[in-house]
Amino acid sequence: MRPIGLLAAAVMSGLSSAALAAEESKGMPQLDFGNVLTKSQVVWLALIFFVLYLLLSKWALPKVGTVLEKRASTIAGDLQAAQTAKTAADAAVAELTAKTRAAQSGAQAEIAGAVEAAKAAATAQAATLNARLDAQLAEAEQRIAAARAAAMGALRQVAGETAAVVVTRLTGVHASQPSVDAAVGAALAARGLA
Amino acid sequence: MAAEEHAIDALGQFKLTTALGPLGASVNFTQSNLMMLISGLLILGLMYFGARPQAVVPGRLQALAEMAYEGIRKMCIDQIGDEGKAFFPFVFTLFMFVLIGNLLGLLPFSFTYTSHIAVTLSLAMTVIVLVTVVALRIHGLHFFSYFFPAGAPKLLAPIIIPVEIISYLSRPVSLSIRLFANMVAGHVMFEVFASFILMMAASHALGSFGVVGAVGPMVLNVLLMGFELLVAFLQAYVFAILTCIYLHDAVHLH
Repeated sequence: MRPIGLLAAAVMSGLSSAALAAEESKGMPQLDFGNVLTKSQVVWLALIFFVLYLLLSKWALPKVGTVLEKRASTIAGDLQAAQTAKTAADAAVAELTAKTRAAQSGAQAEIAGAVEAAKAAATAQAATLNARLDAQLAEAEQRIAAARAAAMGALRQVAGETAAVVVTRLTGVHASQPSVDAAVGAALAARGLA
Repeated sequence: MAAEEHAIDALGQFKLTTALGPLGASVNFTQSNLMMLISGLLILGLMYFGARPQAVVPGRLQALAEMAYEGIRKMCIDQIGDEGKAFFPFVFTLFMFVLIGNLLGLLPFSFTYTSHIAVTLSLAMTVIVLVTVVALRIHGLHFFSYFFPAGAPKLLAPIIIPVEIISYLSRPVSLSIRLFANMVAGHVMFEVFASFILMMAASHALGSFGVVGAVGPMVLNVLLMGFELLVAFLQAYVFAILTCIYLHDAVHLH
């Protein structure tokens, strides 16, 4: 046990003092193995340490371990729940987006249909109006043509009668009907009216 | 100097006496053992009252108990591997027993059982016996290959084997003396500086200068207390981690 004494002396060397050296000569109580208390201390140490080990390993440490495991499982459960909630929220958002998109495209189709229908109706209306106007125009032209024809027919008779009257009044000669008619016809033909 | 008249009794504090009155005296129950009992109860109390709230968000005491539990468990698994879980209760007991012993010893009028070589050597021997038994149980006679690392030149066997055996046998010695010497040194310094305070204050030669000068060793003692708190933790940690390293060697053989 000499090395231990030397070590202790080395430890204390920094503190100097002759008193310490004197103390050293008396020896350390720790190295007094003749003392019955030094040995009984070890026996009690063995007993206390062994009982402490048993109580800790069989009773106290498992208690703490259970608490830690419980916390770990609580946290894992909470994380799981959060994950599930997140998945549900994501699905709901996706559904919402899809529904919005569907509603948008439906509305657009409806608008397009309505515009198409309105256009078709406008076209149809325009077509009937055109047809009616065309018909009226055609009728009016016909009437004009008829009136013109009637007027042109009457023109020859009036011209003939008028020419006969004018010849009679001017010359006193009663012009024959056929010659007057021929002259009127030639005059009209010359004017492009016959 | 005054030192001659009032010798500093730096080692008297380590003297064993019986505790718990006549009953303790009849079974040679020392004050050292009383401190062991108190620290054992403190450790059990910490774990019991720490685990009792079972709170998901721990309070202070529960956090302390869990920190001790998880810290030492992590150390066991990190150092030894998965087999370390089996040794966790032992390493935990050892660490807490040494740590609380070191810390309790810093209280005035208490006793530091880790300042007794008989105690530290007993703990170290327990570790070494455990390590050897574990190694023999896992590896059988193959354990002895530990003393001759694979791949070493056969020619060097006469040198390597004795060196390995000596280093193996010196483990309990270094393990126990490290803790013992640290605790003794700290407490001796406390005692010496405390004696200086009284000597200087009571010195006739120094007069009122002595009273002022006595502040010096007192400041030193205050600083030393902080340092010793660090040493108390450090030595308990070193004791536990070396135990883990030895157990790693026992389980894995190098």
